[in-house]
Amino acid sequence: MENEYQIEGNRMVWRMPVEVDHHRTEQITKRIEQLIESRQIRTLVFDFAKTVFMDSSGIGLLIGRSRTMRFYGGQVKAIHLNGRAEMLFEASGLSRLIEKESLEEE
Amino acid sequence: MGMENQIRMELDECGGTEGSSIRENACPGPGEGYGDKGISRENHIQIKLDARSENERLARVAVAAFLVELDPTMDTMEDVKTAVSEAVTNAIVHGYEGQCGEKPVMLSCDREGRWVTITVSDYGVGIEDLDRAMTPFFTTKPEQDRSGMGFSFMEAFMDKLEVASVPGEGTSIVMKKYIPEEDV
Repeated sequence: MENEYQIEGNRMVWRMPVEVDHHRTEQITKRIEQLIESRQIRTLVFDFAKTVFMDSSGIGLLIGRSRTMRFYGGQVKAIHLNGRAEMLFEASGLSRLIEKESLEEE
Repeated sequence: MGMENQIRMELDECGGTEGSSIRENACPGPGEGYGDKGISRENHIQIKLDARSENERLARVAVAAFLVELDPTMDTMEDVKTAVSEAVTNAIVHGYEGQCGEKPVMLSCDREGRWVTITVSDYGVGIEDLDRAMTPFFTTKPEQDRSGMGFSFMEAFMDKLEVASVPGEGTSIVMKKYIPEEDV
């Protein structure tokens, strides 16, 4: 559990779970929101390297957090998008709202 | 100690004589495939789940296991799992408005040849305006980070989608998918 996120300065990388559904996003959201506030996060990076399943709850999670980050003048990025998660990312139009970072930049 | 979570499962019984004629005929003998017998229902499972978010995963896994005998591609499997996840989440979040407890979500799977029918029903609040509910990005719960993509994903990932809902009585979602044979 201690490896769920990593903070450097005001940048936090959140490692998304293997399965991103309503159950998991509900648990994750509260913790991310707390950390954004307490650690003054301005760049929030979602790492999808482990993710093999995602439904629209994952889309909702990213839209919600990008709303929070916009409020603080920060930004949301997504890395290691692959397979299903990437397909949903494109299908929902999320790729126009959230920047995808390539591997090299990481 | 109270019961914290409950599932109930019903499976077709093979070789039984008390079931319906469909059930009797649906059961192949040892070493015999289902083949092309023109039987309307070849296999059926029904699962009653408590409306709890931790059961969303169980619903997906049960449906995935039901599909295994048709040897679907990974993509087809993931399409169906996503659609099931959307339907069960809707039942919990909207049908029962997130109240945990012994509220039942009924999940059933039926197979006719390579067509699979998945039904997800709840006895919750129902949907007043179906057209609006099915509009992409429309959600009654934006504050809960609902994306409004649930029905859109069900429509996109399944071949047929039917929604029946009565306000105050509940909602039933019937989704069908043709499982193509894997290209060799």
